[in-house]
Amino acid sequence: MSLIKYESQIREPLVDGSKTYAQVTNDICHTIEAKPTRLWYIGFGISLTLLLFGVYSVYREVVYGIGQWNVNRTIGWGWDITNFVWWVGIGHAGTLISAILLLFRQGWRTGVNRAAEAMTIFAVMCAGQFPIFHMGRVWLAFFTLPYPNTRGPLWPNFNSPLMWDVFAISTYFTVSLLFWYCGLLPDLATVRDRARTKLRKLLYGVAAFGWTGSTKHWQRHESLSLVLAGLSTPLVLSVHTIVSFDFATSVVPGWHTTIFPPYFVAGAIFSGFAMVQTLMVITRKVMNLQDYITISHIEVMNKVIVLTGSIVGCAYLTELFMAWYSMVPFEQDIFFKYRIAGPYGWSYWLMMTCNVISPQLFWFKKLRRNVTFTFIMSIVVNIGMWFERFVIIVSSLYRDYLPSSWSIYYRPTIWEIGFYLGTFGLFFTCYFLFSKYFPVIAIAEIKAILKQKGESFKEGMDKLEKENVEEFYEVTHHDDHHGAVTVVSH
Amino acid sequence: MALKKFVVGCFDDENVLFPAVSKVRKAGYKLHDVYTPFPVHGLDKAMGLRETSLHTAGFIYGLTGTTTAVTFMTWVFTKDWPVNIGGKPHFALPAWIPITFELTVLMAAVGMVLTFCYISQLAPFIKKHHFHARATDDLFVMVIECTDRTNESEVRDFLAKSGAVEVDTQVAEEGWWIGRYDKDQKLYKDEIAVA
Repeated sequence: MSLIKYESQIREPLVDGSKTYAQVTNDICHTIEAKPTRLWYIGFGISLTLLLFGVYSVYREVVYGIGQWNVNRTIGWGWDITNFVWWVGIGHAGTLISAILLLFRQGWRTGVNRAAEAMTIFAVMCAGQFPIFHMGRVWLAFFTLPYPNTRGPLWPNFNSPLMWDVFAISTYFTVSLLFWYCGLLPDLATVRDRARTKLRKLLYGVAAFGWTGSTKHWQRHESLSLVLAGLSTPLVLSVHTIVSFDFATSVVPGWHTTIFPPYFVAGAIFSGFAMVQTLMVITRKVMNLQDYITISHIEVMNKVIVLTGSIVGCAYLTELFMAWYSMVPFEQDIFFKYRIAGPYGWSYWLMMTCNVISPQLFWFKKLRRNVTFTFIMSIVVNIGMWFERFVIIVSSLYRDYLPSSWSIYYRPTIWEIGFYLGTFGLFFTCYFLFSKYFPVIAIAEIKAILKQKGESFKEGMDKLEKENVEEFYEVTHHDDHHGAVTVVSH
Repeated sequence: MALKKFVVGCFDDENVLFPAVSKVRKAGYKLHDVYTPFPVHGLDKAMGLRETSLHTAGFIYGLTGTTTAVTFMTWVFTKDWPVNIGGKPHFALPAWIPITFELTVLMAAVGMVLTFCYISQLAPFIKKHHFHARATDDLFVMVIECTDRTNESEVRDFLAKSGAVEVDTQVAEEGWWIGRYDKDQKLYKDEIAVA
């Protein structure tokens, strides 16, 4: 029976090097306990600067109004909603890794899930800013909430996709945060119990909620993780589906399609994995975690990128086909006159190159396992996915049904760009703080897979398999025999 | 709340721990708990713990969310303030699916996490006795409670024979209290007689 615990020798080990439990703890907690490197300070400084610039840009928007941006009556969504959809999409990979891959029992997720979940939370934080500040009178944002008010009470319109968005994004943020923090509790306890200074003991003691590692607590923790994963899986699909409904339920040509939900979800996972790659490639190098985030982790994620990239490409072609096949002149005009050609043609082809053509290079194993190439490609994909949202929003809006309201060209102002850069600042400031003060790899989860999937234990497997062949034969043979008997007796 | 005497045995390998757990149970000692740095699968069964019903609670919270969302939106749009939205029906169930779903997930998740924290006594500033600092690092710490019928030295020998790398006896509070991890607290001022 012992054989079943071990997995195939063909699979690469998930943890390189012969590690003991104590070494795993040391390796991962090391960065929390050591002083930050110079590189960390530089990166943190840049992020903070960007964040402050963003805060100032938003300040101007709040004080002077939406006129600080170049969005107009025709292109009402512009960069702002492009950025919103882009950031939400990025968040999706984190939940995919932490929830969907947990349900599919993909062992490799343990190396990257903690950082990817953190990325989800920070990305959703960034995303939320855009629709909120796009309201113009941001101080009235709470009007979207269904609370008993003195205006009637007048309730929000629950039939509106924009209202669905409010619920979807806030639920997504809350559930991701809870899922992430519950997973962190045992690891924070590990850091607490290693702490030497009083301040650390106090802070990590508070943060770890008094976790002891009791078996009963672990049992509940496992059950909780599994159910939260089961809830997050449809949740993550619903969130981007609802985001796509913002477009799909309208009557704007180029938006009014039923393909949007699956197309948006695939695109979200695609761009999210690209962002995970960007972060992981840097994290593993800077924090010296190559043994935990191995080349095979990077390769697996590149495979996801090539798959989702191809789905996205398939969706682009389907859109074009449907526009032609529908015989609707408005659809045909949008796609063939104003999207792949016209003043915004360049953005369409940039999107096509970055999202559909270049990821196909990942069919080559050598390129999939090349860290530098992966890093470059992750940036390329993120640029491409930003342009996808830009193409969808701007190239559908600038030529609507009424030629009198056609817009010639839309260029963002510096404050519009500043807002976007500011969310980069927010994202990376949070990520830098996270990587310094929290365990970037799920320590307990790595330990749980170490004995089955670590390198040193894999080496011993060959011997073990030979020793146990007879036992294995007996077990399986006995089972077969037993099964046959039951069939006969029935 | 009471101080009790515990015999603590530390194991460094879960494959040694498993037989030890079943031996302890067979010998009839009172197993207080086993503290592990990561979830050891099957340990709860080996210890004879009941399966958790946290997921059932989650299901009930989820149902609460579903009913809350549907009844609330129905009340708002058909009774409290029926608004004519483009001549569409007031009771627009298909359009409410997204919000109903989100509220189901939200209530299930939040409810489960709060329940988990409540039943496991997890919250900021909650403190419990830690039998070994390395229980969250690399040791599997088995704790046996001494009752008035327990022979302490016998238990210690027993644990050492079962493969424990470290064995000691501790007098400790078994429950939780409000406290901070940077401060050592003396819980009782008077001397406590331990059997």
